Amino acid sequence: MLLVEGLRARYGRIEVLHGLDLAVNSGEIVTVIGANGAGKTTLLRCLSGVHPVAGGTVTFRGEILTGVPAWRRVGRGLAQSPEGRQIFTNLTVEENLRLGAYLFADERVEKDMADAFQMFPILKEKRNLVAGGLSGGQQQMLAMARALMGRPSCLLLDEPSMGLAPIIVAQIFDVVKALKALDVTVLLVEQNAFGALKIADRGYVMETGRITLDGPAEELIADPRIREAYLGI
Amino acid sequence: MSELLQFLLSGVTVGAVYALVALGFTIIYNASDVVNFAQGEFVMLGGMTTVFVHAAGAPLPLAVLAAIVLTAALGVAMNKLAIEPARGAPVVSLVIITIGASIFIRGAAQLIFDKQIHSFPAFSGDDPIRIMGATILPQSLWVIGGAVAVFIGLWLFFTRTLLGRAVLATSNNRLAAQLVGINTTFVMTLSFALSAGIGALAGVLVTPITLTSYDVGLGLALKGFAAAMLGGMGNPKGALVGGLALGLLEGLTAGYISSQYKDAAAFIVILAVLFFLPQGLFGRKSTDRV
Ligand SMILES: Nc1ncnc2c1ncn2[C@@H]1O[C@H](COP(=O)(O)OP(=O)(O)OP(=O)(O)O)[C@@H](O)[C@H]1O
Ligand SMILES: [Mg+2]
Repeated sequence: MLLVEGLRARYGRIEVLHGLDLAVNSGEIVTVIGANGAGKTTLLRCLSGVHPVAGGTVTFRGEILTGVPAWRRVGRGLAQSPEGRQIFTNLTVEENLRLGAYLFADERVEKDMADAFQMFPILKEKRNLVAGGLSGGQQQMLAMARALMGRPSCLLLDEPSMGLAPIIVAQIFDVVKALKALDVTVLLVEQNAFGALKIADRGYVMETGRITLDGPAEELIADPRIREAYLGI
Repeated sequence: MSELLQFLLSGVTVGAVYALVALGFTIIYNASDVVNFAQGEFVMLGGMTTVFVHAAGAPLPLAVLAAIVLTAALGVAMNKLAIEPARGAPVVSLVIITIGASIFIRGAAQLIFDKQIHSFPAFSGDDPIRIMGATILPQSLWVIGGAVAVFIGLWLFFTRTLLGRAVLATSNNRLAAQLVGINTTFVMTLSFALSAGIGALAGVLVTPITLTSYDVGLGLALKGFAAAMLGGMGNPKGALVGGLALGLLEGLTAGYISSQYKDAAAFIVILAVLFFLPQGLFGRKSTDRV
């Protein structure tokens, strides 16, 4: 579904992704784990097209995305729930969700919204409140729900667990797991390596702009190098 | 009493112009966080282009249309050539670019047009209309009516259309707007076109009253900026109220103190807002939580 080959990215003259290879198959949950500043967010920003690629290619559903602007990628089924949530703080929860379905004007929008509310019941309670007033966890849920309103076939999730209480994290990871049943492929970027590997099929380990290790999630959890470096065991 | 009414009427007329200029600031500020100091040049171009196209033989309505369309196109060009390539630069740099653009446009206007003061006939004649002992020019009604029409039109655009909502979403969070499928580059282009077109319209409407020349832009930009600051930069309602308030203040200052001091009113407003009310009357567009 998603194929990344030799991806390079820079901020100014400083290269932060040094030729990355990665693949996500249809129906999988794949996670990329790595420490602060490894380049995980940059990777997702390149995939969604909000950051320019300095080299290599991204292929999505057989189509090379080079030169395709970010707003067009959404329409092709590649959605991102970005780092820092980036919700529309001045608008209500419902307006945020409706903007998530900006590209669509059919009856399915209402159904998708009902599904989103079922997934995150708290959002239904708050649907008429201004999104900027939501708690961190609620904002994260809104960011994910908004991305799902765009009917993605592949969802890029950037650290949904960041700064949240363990019980909320568990709830969010449960939803990610449930996306499988909805035919949404997931690329999940996380510092919370244990939580991410537990729900993922496969994982990649990223260190300073390079993939250093990859494999099935169970194997990575059991790998002594990972246990020491990322799981703190 | 009729004296007060007279001052209020002239205040509302200038206020309507300031409100339109402030609205121009607001639209571009919302789309790009840039305070566009070339906004006054759009007003100048509206008036001057109408003068010269009309003088070349085109009927007045056609000249007006040409002026608005050409100025809107110039706004788009300015965005494409000067603002978009510098995307990602600090906002201060972008603001300085707009000051540069403003100087460039003024210089070019001086070459292409001339240094004379110009006007064209008022749309509905020059016979003053009497209201309770005071008088108002028919052209003033055009100015006020034009401003009202623009504000209503824009309000409908933002609240009733998908594209309007896309503009609002972009102004709230540009990255998020891209991620839901909004073409934010187009939103920027549209904002510059709208802003320049509205500025040109203001210039067209007011020229029969105040006359125009290549260098009227700077003063108007400062007044419009003061009005936008007073209302709260980035807030269309604030632009309307700020513009009218500044116009009335000027009208009363000119009437009761001296017309020599009326320009000082705008600068006192800027200073007072900066010191006591940095968010303006209606609050600035709120920034996102980091
Ligand atoms: N806007 C920026 N300008 C310059 N350098 C940046 C910028 N954003 C990120 N970087 C640098 O790029 C590298 C990768 O950053 P990135 O945000 O992709 O890491 P990350 O893995 O997402 O980190 P975290 O887990 O903290 O979110 C870091 O060294 C960072 O300092
Ligand atoms: Mg990150």
